[in-house]
Amino acid sequence: MLTDLTLAVARAGLARRDFSATELTQAHVDAVEALNPTLNALITVTADQALAQARAADAALASGDDRPLLGLPLAIKDLFCTKGVRTTAGSRILGPFVPPYESTVTANLLRDGAVFLGKANLDEFAMGSSNMTSAYGAVVNPWKRRQDADAVLVPGGSSGGSAAAVAGRIALGATGTDTGGSIRQPASFCGIAGIKPTYGRCSRWGIVAFASSLDQAGPFARTVEDCAILLRSMAGHDPKDSTSADRPVPDFAAACARGVRGLRIGVPREYRADGMPGEIEALWQQGLAWLRAEGAEIVDVSLPHTKYGLATYYIVAPAEASSNLARYDGVRFGLRADGGDLRELYEHTRAEGFGEEVRRRVLIGTYVLSAGYYDAYYLRAQKVRALILRDFTDAFAQVDALLTPTAPSAAFAQGENMDDPVAMYLNDVFTVPASMAGVPAMSVPAGLDGNGLPLGLQIIGRPFDEETVFAVAAAIERAAGFDALPAIRPGAVAAE
Amino acid sequence: MDAGTGYTIEGASGTWEVVIGLEVHAQVISNAKLFSGAATAFGAAPNTQVSFIDAAFPGMLPVINRECVAQAVRTGLGLAAQINLVSRFDRKNYFYADLPAGYQISQYEHPIVGQGTIEIELDGGITKSIGITRLHLEQDAGKSLHDQHPSKSYIDLNRAGVALMEIVSEPDLRSPEEAGAYLRKLRTILRYLGTCDGNMEEGSMRADVNVSVRRPGEGFRTRCEVKNVNSVRFVMQAVEAEARRQIAVWEEGGTVEQETRLYDVARGVTRSMRSKEDAHDYRYFPDPDLLPLVLEQGWVDALAAGLPELPDAKKRRLMARHGLSAYDAGVLVAEQATADFYERLAAGRDAKLAANWMLGDFFAALNRTGRTISDPPVSAAQLGALLDLIADATINGRIAKEVFEAMVETGDDPAAIIDARGLRQVTDTGAIDAAVAAVLAANADKVADYRGGKEKLFGFFVGQVMKAMAGKGNPALVNDVLRRHLAGGG
Amino acid sequence: MSLDAATVRRIASLARIGVGEDEIEGLRTQLNSILGWIEQLNEVDVTGIAPLTGAAQMALKMRDDVVTDGGDPDGVLANAPERAGDFFVVPKVVE
Repeated sequence: MLTDLTLAVARAGLARRDFSATELTQAHVDAVEALNPTLNALITVTADQALAQARAADAALASGDDRPLLGLPLAIKDLFCTKGVRTTAGSRILGPFVPPYESTVTANLLRDGAVFLGKANLDEFAMGSSNMTSAYGAVVNPWKRRQDADAVLVPGGSSGGSAAAVAGRIALGATGTDTGGSIRQPASFCGIAGIKPTYGRCSRWGIVAFASSLDQAGPFARTVEDCAILLRSMAGHDPKDSTSADRPVPDFAAACARGVRGLRIGVPREYRADGMPGEIEALWQQGLAWLRAEGAEIVDVSLPHTKYGLATYYIVAPAEASSNLARYDGVRFGLRADGGDLRELYEHTRAEGFGEEVRRRVLIGTYVLSAGYYDAYYLRAQKVRALILRDFTDAFAQVDALLTPTAPSAAFAQGENMDDPVAMYLNDVFTVPASMAGVPAMSVPAGLDGNGLPLGLQIIGRPFDEETVFAVAAAIERAAGFDALPAIRPGAVAAE
Repeated sequence: MDAGTGYTIEGASGTWEVVIGLEVHAQVISNAKLFSGAATAFGAAPNTQVSFIDAAFPGMLPVINRECVAQAVRTGLGLAAQINLVSRFDRKNYFYADLPAGYQISQYEHPIVGQGTIEIELDGGITKSIGITRLHLEQDAGKSLHDQHPSKSYIDLNRAGVALMEIVSEPDLRSPEEAGAYLRKLRTILRYLGTCDGNMEEGSMRADVNVSVRRPGEGFRTRCEVKNVNSVRFVMQAVEAEARRQIAVWEEGGTVEQETRLYDVARGVTRSMRSKEDAHDYRYFPDPDLLPLVLEQGWVDALAAGLPELPDAKKRRLMARHGLSAYDAGVLVAEQATADFYERLAAGRDAKLAANWMLGDFFAALNRTGRTISDPPVSAAQLGALLDLIADATINGRIAKEVFEAMVETGDDPAAIIDARGLRQVTDTGAIDAAVAAVLAANADKVADYRGGKEKLFGFFVGQVMKAMAGKGNPALVNDVLRRHLAGGG
Repeated sequence: MSLDAATVRRIASLARIGVGEDEIEGLRTQLNSILGWIEQLNEVDVTGIAPLTGAAQMALKMRDDVVTDGGDPDGVLANAPERAGDFFVVPKVVE
């Protein structure tokens, strides 16, 4: 089936005219139609636009155009502003919002010929690790537990719709954003690959902001190489984003074939958290063994402040969010709830427009910045953040990359971890430190747990050295030979 | 520092001093806004100079305008202030209808300019040095219109995001006069630098006035901030009104609460500002969309090298080179265009005579015609030509005034007017002899009085002779001839 | 540091999020649970450490002073919940 192809294979097929871009997109549009009612991976489906883009791609292919993403259908996280296409950020407050501009990352993808199938579901304003906080309904993970096939699993979050769309084969690839793990954790939960590049690698312009010093766009795909192809198009310096890095974008896909011979791979001993499930520990050891077998040297390293990453994150991210989300006030765009005066208008709009988790984080963020508490919370967190970065800098003086598990568990079921916000936050314990330091990190599917659910390993690299990250991830991918399929996918559902 | 106006207010229970600090918001002269590419021109149609960044649309990001940074540095240099090579932008968080992002990008902990100083001039030739605490860059807010609809306010974001310099003074000012002198001097410096047009009517310069009162010798008491005062006169009035209010509160046994107030121009009083009631927890934090602003010393040096001569230096130069009084020099340098006019006029001429003409007849003509120094009825070259005609004795000073009025009226050159009207000075002693003889003959009684000792009648005779000669007599020759005749000579 | 109900009301007011009286206690419990967990940072010795404000280790780039944007009031107002002519509209503000 065309929907089973990897992005790289589909690209080769288009180039050889084995099939047309219209056929490829139609297959995915059909898959969306068949599966999205179950998965709820897309909030807004843009089938007509996708088919029009595909027809244009066919014309371009016929004239010898070889742009890198020409005719390849993707899902776009609904946090990227898309010109003329509603962009909700998973929130009621942006329900009616139609951006008059295209984000830099999506504009780069369009420049390279990509086809957009629709806007992918997400936790509201990217705040969550389960996709349960979306105002547009939960996303269903295409994977099922072997022993408990009725349980509806979450795809992880916040980019849950993007991950479910790629795992469920309704898109060849997808964009995500990662603030504390929002690409890597859902990639792990859905058995696909996803990379958060170095902070500054992709422009943030036109992406609805959650926490500006942490937010970074990145791709999802079913292979490491596909992620590399997508990232090359997404990345690049953007003068409209002051934090965008003015550096050349390497050929990431070429790096996938480098191998790991001679690389020094660090194992941060502090990641051996108490209570880590045995199968995750075992998979981690397996990953190290694969790399050793491929000629890498495994080195124990210490990241002593790693264990404070999550607490630091839950000060810094809500603080920035409390300010970033002040613009949703019912005056210039989005939802407005009436009030007798301006204050009431603000308070009603924001009470009705924001869901529970967003309200909670805005309140925490407001509190940690407020007079009398700034030093104790925010300033201290910024200092701990400096120590976390120093840990990584020290470690990367000894090793070329780090290997860790991506998440402390496989996908959990809807309704689990819902009562205690802190229990939910612990999902990001392994992913947050790289976010705090701004370094690149990727999740690659490496195996299944006892219930047949995918588990990912995380590769963390030096700033702007995504190439080594891709090289290590590709080596693990080759060694793992991960070929398990999710229960919900085109064809499989028809057979049920 | 305490040398100043010695201003105090007599309350019911004794004497009070007034302590004033000013926070001036000066709109930076630039083509585009501080963090967006939208235009800054005054008076455009609503929301036509608004980018999605200014309107705080989702995903929009700020990118700083180099010229706005350069203008802040120039201003800092003009205030003899510390330029901080590393500064930072912070967010000041509060909700308001004309603040689209819900925060203002400002500089809180690390401003671009540190301590500096301004010399102000007070009546009686006193000068006083006023400390500048800091200058920082920040965004302006939009504009709310409250008079367009009975129950709605209308929002125009054209001004939102325009660069402002907030210039904060030390609490060194002690009277309304000092506050006024400070504002005028600051405005002069900004206009010389070309960093702010200082136009208070258009809101490109606004002042927040911090006022407190105290008994002589005391430390500071609680201050109140009177927001957004938009003229020098209103600042002076607001200081006095707020000081008198605070004195009354203290004298009635009450306590002045620190708060934000507005000056009600119509009623001449300040009143509490309701909309700011809970705005004092601004939750400042470093703006994560921006990086530290790092300047190179070489760039700052290049800006310094390009600065114009500033008013204090120009004044000192005019006094030293041309022997002008401090007062006259001060008036001439108050506007750069005036100083330029004067320097063109004085070049190669009697500088004091040039100053007298400018400060007298020329300024009077500007006032009378409603014209400005940049669009004067008589150019510097024309006025200079007139001074040259006085110097070479073509006309005398009295006729010169008549010629000048004709120049104002017609725009013609002085030589043309003199020729057309036959105003050339008479230096022919024969003609003067005849006029003197006729005047003395017609006033024999007064001649007798003069010769009897009433010497002050001399002026009368001069007047009569000049009148008889239609003002064209050379004054020195008229004097000589008169003296000779009155002494009995022929 | 533990939040009381008055503080919850105050920060909700600062954040302009309407919170019903019946929600205060639940929020207070949740926020205290998060803040209690965050307190672990107090055990880190941060003496002499300069705060890190962001992950980008660069200086700020500056753009030229050129007008490149604006002139599109309809675009700016197209998403407005309420507009009058080319103005945004809010309930009357008393200063």
